[in-house]
Amino acid sequence: MAALVTAPNLPDHDGFYAELLAAHKGLTEAESAAMNARLVLILANHVGDREALREALALARKAGG
Amino acid sequence: MPYDYQEFPYVTPPPLRGMTEGRKPAVIVGAGPIGLALAVDLALRGVPSVVLDDNNVVSVGSRAICWAKRSLEILDRLGVAERMVAKGVTWKIGRTRHRDEEVFRFDLLPEGGHKMPAFINLQQYYVEQYLVERCRDFPDLIDLRFRNRVTAVERFDDHAVATVETPEGSYRIEADWLLACDGAGSPIRRMMGLDFAGELFEERFLIADIVMKADFPSERWFWFEPTFHPGQSALLHKQPDDIYRIDLQLGWDADPEEEKKPEKVIPRIEKVVEGRPFTLDWVSVYTFQCRRLERFAHGRVVFVGDSAHVVSPFGARGGNGGLQDVDNIGWKLAAVLKGEAGAALIESYDAERRHGADENILNSTRATKFMTPAPGIERTFRDAVLALAAHAPFARGMVNSGRLSLPCAYPPSPFLGPDESALPAGTAPGRPCPDAPVGNGWLLARLGGGFTLLGLDCDPPEIEGAASLRLDAEGWLRRRYLGEAASAVYLIRPDQHIAARWLAPTAEDCAAALAVAKGL
Repeated sequence: MAALVTAPNLPDHDGFYAELLAAHKGLTEAESAAMNARLVLILANHVGDREALREALALARKAGG
Repeated sequence: MPYDYQEFPYVTPPPLRGMTEGRKPAVIVGAGPIGLALAVDLALRGVPSVVLDDNNVVSVGSRAICWAKRSLEILDRLGVAERMVAKGVTWKIGRTRHRDEEVFRFDLLPEGGHKMPAFINLQQYYVEQYLVERCRDFPDLIDLRFRNRVTAVERFDDHAVATVETPEGSYRIEADWLLACDGAGSPIRRMMGLDFAGELFEERFLIADIVMKADFPSERWFWFEPTFHPGQSALLHKQPDDIYRIDLQLGWDADPEEEKKPEKVIPRIEKVVEGRPFTLDWVSVYTFQCRRLERFAHGRVVFVGDSAHVVSPFGARGGNGGLQDVDNIGWKLAAVLKGEAGAALIESYDAERRHGADENILNSTRATKFMTPAPGIERTFRDAVLALAAHAPFARGMVNSGRLSLPCAYPPSPFLGPDESALPAGTAPGRPCPDAPVGNGWLLARLGGGFTLLGLDCDPPEIEGAASLRLDAEGWLRRRYLGEAASAVYLIRPDQHIAARWLAPTAEDCAAALAVAKGL
């Protein structure tokens, strides 16, 4: 792990968490899945670092057990 | 005007006229664009060939229609590209729509300084006709045998023997090299029991050529989920003679025979062309696959084109990939037959073109997954890209309706010589020479058929086995081959791929690189 920031980096993380839930409010499970897919693509483009994204994909998969 | 199919005459082959035939240097099986192009390439190098084909007409239906710049450069070397460009529809703009909105637009050749356009559309039957006519320019070197079907192949260490069936009986023909250019369904591949591994996509497309007077611009139009064909994809391409190609996604469950019926086809197409009058010229239903042979060279039997690898049609990588095979094997086979190179050179065909096929399969598979995603997460991400494309520029580039064929750059190998990193990346060893204007003509036309030592703003060394050519580096030539450097020397292979390059080599450097490129 080198490119991906895994130490705390997000100001007011509780506030962001609430915004994330609020953004999904009223959506069905399928609509939420679609929204998450769009969000992943938007954030990936913003990150723009293929190595960091590769590490993020590996971490997400690993944490799922 | 639909094409007027002419039958090529069947001529009794010499063995059935009581004549004894010796072993032939090259027997080409299949008179499609690949087999015919290979016969011409060999003839230009003085190598005679016999071309066997089970049929006696050019391809029925437009089939391969998009010819990329590199293919046109190869076909220009073979002497048919100017005719193709004159007849074909030149295009460079592609538009992709989602529902009724344009989400992505590409311009294939924003850069000047090339003789050949980025792409032309021309039906495969014209290309075959032009190549057959070009073959007739070499009556002493090319022996075209129509209605000659290969029914068996025997392999030996230093030759192969084909059994050939004709309307008048069968005969055997011996070949130093047998080139299987017999297409995606290659009977020779089957006879040899070779595994054709890969992926079949569970999708069907309807393909139709229609004759229609319309003022559509010369562009490639692709639709995801258009209102005229809900939930599916569609593609429209303009061809010469007022013929348009339409591809419509049908879904895996569609019944091919049912979907080909005019009463099914016509209402669908009426929606695409918004009620303009048209007539149907050709209809077919296809599935697509990405597969390749594990090896293309099997002793004295070498697979070239679709017989060696198939891709889905989106991206125009079938015919274009096959022509790069021809370009690669032609000079190598000629050099081996003339004793100027070791048989190891055929191994470099195998390695280089497997690399090319893998690149085409990778691109084609990615496009196919985007265009026909599996239900579930593939579909979710595909729809996410399309939804975002209308709102965010980054997503437009991710919309994939086929990444169109670009010439293959061969990776570093024991057959490529030294590189000089001070020179531009676009002309590194392994890459095809980019064209550039030279005087009143073009660089590629100056390269001739053999190896060339090209000196840019310097005299190249004189060595045996390569023609020395000095050019003043101006404009595009300087930009593409020198960059910031004052002068350079390039060793260029007969297939116009760069073998090695230096700032100031000695004759010994050049001779060593030439030996490497010839597999000596």
